[in-house]
Amino acid sequence: MPSAFKKALNSGKFIVTCEVAPAKGTNLEKMTHHIELIKDKVDAMNVTDHQSSVMRFPSLGGALLVKELGGEPILQMTCRDRNRLALQADLLFASSRGINNVLCLTGDSVMLGDHKEAKGVFDLDSSQLVAAIKKLEKGKDMAGNELDGGVSFCAGAIVTPEAKPLEPQLIKFEKKIEAGAEFIQTQAVYDLDNFKKFMDYARQFPVKILAGIILLTSAPMARFMNKNVAGVFVPQDLIDEMAAAPKGGALNKGIEIAGRMIRKIKEENICDGVHIMAIGKEEKVIDIMAEAGLL
Amino acid sequence: MIRSITQQKPMEEIESLIDGINRVFIIGCGTCVTLTQTGGTMQVEAMKKSLSEKGKVVTGTTVVPVACDNLTADILREFEAQLKQADGLLIMTCAFGVQTIARQINKITVPALNTLFIGKETGAGEYNEVCTQCGTCVIGETGGICPVTACHKGLVNGPCGGTNNGKCEIDSNKDCAWTMIYNRLKELGRLDIMRIYKKPRNHLGEPSPGKFQIPA
Repeated sequence: MPSAFKKALNSGKFIVTCEVAPAKGTNLEKMTHHIELIKDKVDAMNVTDHQSSVMRFPSLGGALLVKELGGEPILQMTCRDRNRLALQADLLFASSRGINNVLCLTGDSVMLGDHKEAKGVFDLDSSQLVAAIKKLEKGKDMAGNELDGGVSFCAGAIVTPEAKPLEPQLIKFEKKIEAGAEFIQTQAVYDLDNFKKFMDYARQFPVKILAGIILLTSAPMARFMNKNVAGVFVPQDLIDEMAAAPKGGALNKGIEIAGRMIRKIKEENICDGVHIMAIGKEEKVIDIMAEAGLL
Repeated sequence: MIRSITQQKPMEEIESLIDGINRVFIIGCGTCVTLTQTGGTMQVEAMKKSLSEKGKVVTGTTVVPVACDNLTADILREFEAQLKQADGLLIMTCAFGVQTIARQINKITVPALNTLFIGKETGAGEYNEVCTQCGTCVIGETGGICPVTACHKGLVNGPCGGTNNGKCEIDSNKDCAWTMIYNRLKELGRLDIMRIYKKPRNHLGEPSPGKFQIPA
């Protein structure tokens, strides 16, 4: 049976997903609060997998929590920490607990996180993980052995429309779709004219595309991302707009900008939906959606 | 020519490794570590000076021509008396040299260097890792550039999202392997090869520890 998210994707409606970040530890109060606040407003909630290679409560546990609280989880899985046995095993477990949406990622280097001396695995890459899911769905594991009890997933992947150079990124994007990705959540986009050009190209593929929206919280944060986050480019006019916000008003300005972008994406039918990443300010997803006229 | 690329361990670690070894014989090598300036005559002399200042007795030093060669034992025979006086050997060669010497000389051996990779000299004083001897060579599909080695994550289907203006997410001094492969294949008019989906890698090239015997 298709997942609720898959049904939403295929319904033709404007899709909204957001991100919940698992706790550093076992205190799940904050995460629970975010999930309860947002779960009925969005089509699905991504649960990040040791985001930025920082060890946390697992994405599988977080996805389970979303499910238990009545939300629709998208399990983020990176190839950084698990080989193909562990990835497949976790997919079987996810399926057994009704977690049927998976976002396949290669994963950041462990060197970027808080366990720098750990071994990065990368037995598979993101496109191979999508292919592995499709194989499991056919009732076989990656080694070709029969499964006793099958799985059904809605598999997704990511793309970075602002990557430089772009073409190698697009070749990989096409491989992910060829492997069976049904939805794509993009890295943050800020320059919508540029994003439209990407969509002119991407429209030819049978895949739903959700534009990544990262909430800007201050002008320095925007400059930091431009300098340090690969594939993220905040145009100068947005940085100026953030910088011009009154003292203490930067966050509200960021919410306004995010809302404005989402509204434009929806009104101009630029892509199929948005994926809101309000990193560290998860409760603001509601405000962003209100600003976008989605509530 | 391929070279064993090394880096000296932090002095604190070396001191900790030779704790209790009061009389030390130091061995360098005239090949790779001389080129990389990590275990040549100058570095061996500097180590001797440093350890002497810390109260160690350096019974002798030498820089053998090729430490990983089996002839090393014969060459070291010349230093028999000094080696005998030593409680242990501090070896300023790559791990191939350390292991060759450890097998040949009946003394505790302590490496002073970390062996980083087997590299190729790509410019004056610059070495790059180009092959990790994985046993299942894929460079026929990547324009002769090895993504298993040159990509930090060993990815075979294209770049990750961390690729940044042709550089790697872990270090802006390191090239993104997939930008290099893309540029090479584009130049050759063969981007079609890059578009082919590659199955997960076979990690069973030669199960570690590698062993090879010429068939009889």
